[in-house]
Amino acid sequence: MPPTKAPDSLSFPVRRRCPFAPPPEYERLRAEEPVAKVRLPTGGTAWLVTRYDDVRTVLSGSAFSADGTRPGFPRLFPGQEQILQRPPFIRMDPPQHGFYRRMLIQEFTLKRVKTLRPGIQATVDRLLDELLARTPPVDLVDAFALPVPSLVICQLLGVPYDDHEYFQSQSRIAASGTSTAEQFASALGGLRAYMDELITRKQRNPGDDLLSKLVTEQLEPAGELRREDLLMMCLMLLHAGHETTANMISLGTMALLEHPDQLAALRSDPELLPDAIEELLRYLSIADFVTTRIAAEDTRLSGTEIRAGDGVIALLAAADWDPEVFGEPDRLDIHRGDRRHLAFGYGVHQCLGQNLARMELEIVFSTLFARIPTLRLAVPVDELSYKHGTLLYGVHELPVTW
Amino acid sequence: MRITADTKVCVSAGMCVLTAPEVFDQSNEDGLVTVLLPEPPEELREEVAEAVRLCPSRALDIS
Repeated sequence: MPPTKAPDSLSFPVRRRCPFAPPPEYERLRAEEPVAKVRLPTGGTAWLVTRYDDVRTVLSGSAFSADGTRPGFPRLFPGQEQILQRPPFIRMDPPQHGFYRRMLIQEFTLKRVKTLRPGIQATVDRLLDELLARTPPVDLVDAFALPVPSLVICQLLGVPYDDHEYFQSQSRIAASGTSTAEQFASALGGLRAYMDELITRKQRNPGDDLLSKLVTEQLEPAGELRREDLLMMCLMLLHAGHETTANMISLGTMALLEHPDQLAALRSDPELLPDAIEELLRYLSIADFVTTRIAAEDTRLSGTEIRAGDGVIALLAAADWDPEVFGEPDRLDIHRGDRRHLAFGYGVHQCLGQNLARMELEIVFSTLFARIPTLRLAVPVDELSYKHGTLLYGVHELPVTW
Repeated sequence: MRITADTKVCVSAGMCVLTAPEVFDQSNEDGLVTVLLPEPPEELREEVAEAVRLCPSRALDIS
């Protein structure tokens, strides 16, 4: 085994210092201690994995399990065990995982996602009309970055957008990373009750949406899906469809505004947009540590012995800044055109909604900078408040002017 | 160059369709990978190889 520092010396999560870059500790760990033991906020320890190849190894193959019900599965937040007792399918292994994922994949194929383009474009246009009618400065998160993905996922799932204030506030408490176990339980209880009632409404009066389709085709007794599992699946989709894309819109806008040469290059050649989005995904890697696992067998990773039952955190932002794979990782380069990044994870759990996310981001960035060519930040980046320690990294508010 | 796709391990991430749309598609019925050109022309080799490398569930193979 390589020499280790004082055991359990580092606490997780580690704070980002620069609003865009992963925590600087990742660089040292990748070079000196690529598999490092850390202390978790819930007590207990886990291995932090920082090299690209090791992260891919953890996320593919059967040596590491995503099964949240296994004793010792790493818990990052107080109360998380309430989800892990009966988790959604992102915390399951094959073949159980495939049973659930396959109920959804038709809705997220590239072809299906493309049919949503006109609707998303209309939503983006309308929100920008409303934003431009206001007197700046305006908070871009509240006026644009959050409503776009929220409206899209609500429509796709069949969740009434009018309820967004309720489920967004509860989701925020559940995912804040600083809530107590009691606050978490209360927020999760509220969300469950909300979704349960919505399922009942869809049973009585199904519409043309994913939730109705699942209720009529998959839910017991017509299918094999249990109500509790449908409920958690829908809460997961609702949350995953919101916060991820919303944080990418606000931070991505910020990153482009702070790199005017890159923004100018993108404006002069809109065909660069798909590559620019891949680069923003890599550069920001906002879902850094959603990819927790537990070792299913004794194994070795970069020379470190890992025992069955040890918790593992495969850091996506660390992998995406590995200089062995991405030269000059700290440089935002929209010409990079490299899809090997792990911003959507890797292995059988790789993001189901990734092509929807890509399309939302394409429409958002192309329209936002065309409609508001003078867009700029109203507050310097070092005075903004960031979502440190939350499951998904982002910025709380982004005041902009034009 | 011959492509094989294993629909038993496909998770429908869509990386192949995104990378080599002439060669790969996703089924309208179940969303799983379908191979449009099982023996694609040589000029598509690079894209196909990239799609194989990027597949997160390692469902694709070229021989």
